[in-house]
Amino acid sequence: MSGWLRDKAHLVRMAVLFALGIAAFLAFRAVMVPEGFGRYGHYRAGALDDVRARPVRYAGRAACVDCHSDVVAARHGSRHERIGCEACHGPLMAHVAAQGGEKPTRPDSRVLCPRCHAASPWKPKTYPQVVVAEHSPDGPCTACHKAHAPKMS
Amino acid sequence: MNNERRQFLRETGKFLVLTASASVAWEAVLAGRPETAPNYKTADHWWGMVIDIESCIGCGNCVRACKEENDVPRTPTYFRTWVERYRVEPDDLEHPAVDSPNGGFDGFNDRAAADPTAKHFFVPKLCNHCAHSPCVQVCPVGATFESPDGVVLVDKTYCLGCRYCVQACPYGCRFIDPRTNTADKCTLCYHRITKGLTTACCETCPTGARQLGDLKDPKDAIHTFLREHHVLVLKPQMATGAKVYYNGLDGSVR
Repeated sequence: MSGWLRDKAHLVRMAVLFALGIAAFLAFRAVMVPEGFGRYGHYRAGALDDVRARPVRYAGRAACVDCHSDVVAARHGSRHERIGCEACHGPLMAHVAAQGGEKPTRPDSRVLCPRCHAASPWKPKTYPQVVVAEHSPDGPCTACHKAHAPKMS
Repeated sequence: MNNERRQFLRETGKFLVLTASASVAWEAVLAGRPETAPNYKTADHWWGMVIDIESCIGCGNCVRACKEENDVPRTPTYFRTWVERYRVEPDDLEHPAVDSPNGGFDGFNDRAAADPTAKHFFVPKLCNHCAHSPCVQVCPVGATFESPDGVVLVDKTYCLGCRYCVQACPYGCRFIDPRTNTADKCTLCYHRITKGLTTACCETCPTGARQLGDLKDPKDAIHTFLREHHVLVLKPQMATGAKVYYNGLDGSVR
């Protein structure tokens, strides 16, 4: 027998212990590190899908024009043309999903309009503003201004 | 001789084909669940936003829409986006008077604080989706990260609620959700932008003061805007790589 194999027993024992340690570490790591961790970086790749899974509440204006072409026509050329429908009417994904059911309530113009048009020194100087208490305080704004095309002719 | 070469080629060919198919299969195993938006490729996008201070009227639509869309706690102090109101004496940029009652959720209706000698403007704020984000750097467990398409997100199942990121954000854009005790922040409506919609705040902004932009899309209008306006990010000295660009930002804004 050659010299270097004579006392191999303790080497084998150490090697087995070492292999067991590595195996235990790998098994523990496999349990503890979630699926997809490290795929894009130091985080769980599945988190992207988790965030993406949230339901959409605002359908977006593209969904509105399919049915409401009359409003598109009414808004054409007006100063309110480029405002998203849901800026005033609220989130409408339920309305779209129900194919016209779940009708939204009509906004109260005395509440809605001043949010944008109440006079304030913080607003840009060129933005159209009124002092709400003085500007025809009794009736709804829509008595004179059409909401979709507000300029009075 | 000839036979050996043929055998060699056959074996090598088998080896190559099997290795390639095994690696493809392993990729699929690693990928896990199929993506919910199959046509969306994270590598094709790099999201940012432009905010035009000169167009903001402080209506608070963005704040309300954000809370509605993302189920943010309605209590004041929890905001993913909010609007600040600045009053600055022209010769004193160091001491602006800033307030944000309920984050602008109820709009700004009082006129009393007006001052004819000062300048007044609104500043909408949200997560700046930094490319080198301090909040990501401090997270001890990898629960928050910059996604491959440039959005800073939180992994709610992984977050410990240790609050390091809340302290680290130089813009104050994070909070601890009291219901889950985990960090929460603007996701840039990641569930919307990956489906081709714009964010809830941009969707409801009546003046177009907020515009979502894909910086990797050469046809996106954001490039024209950035070229034609003198824009600035908040706290550029922090070198965070912020991707929310402000047009008309006053020097007093912090």
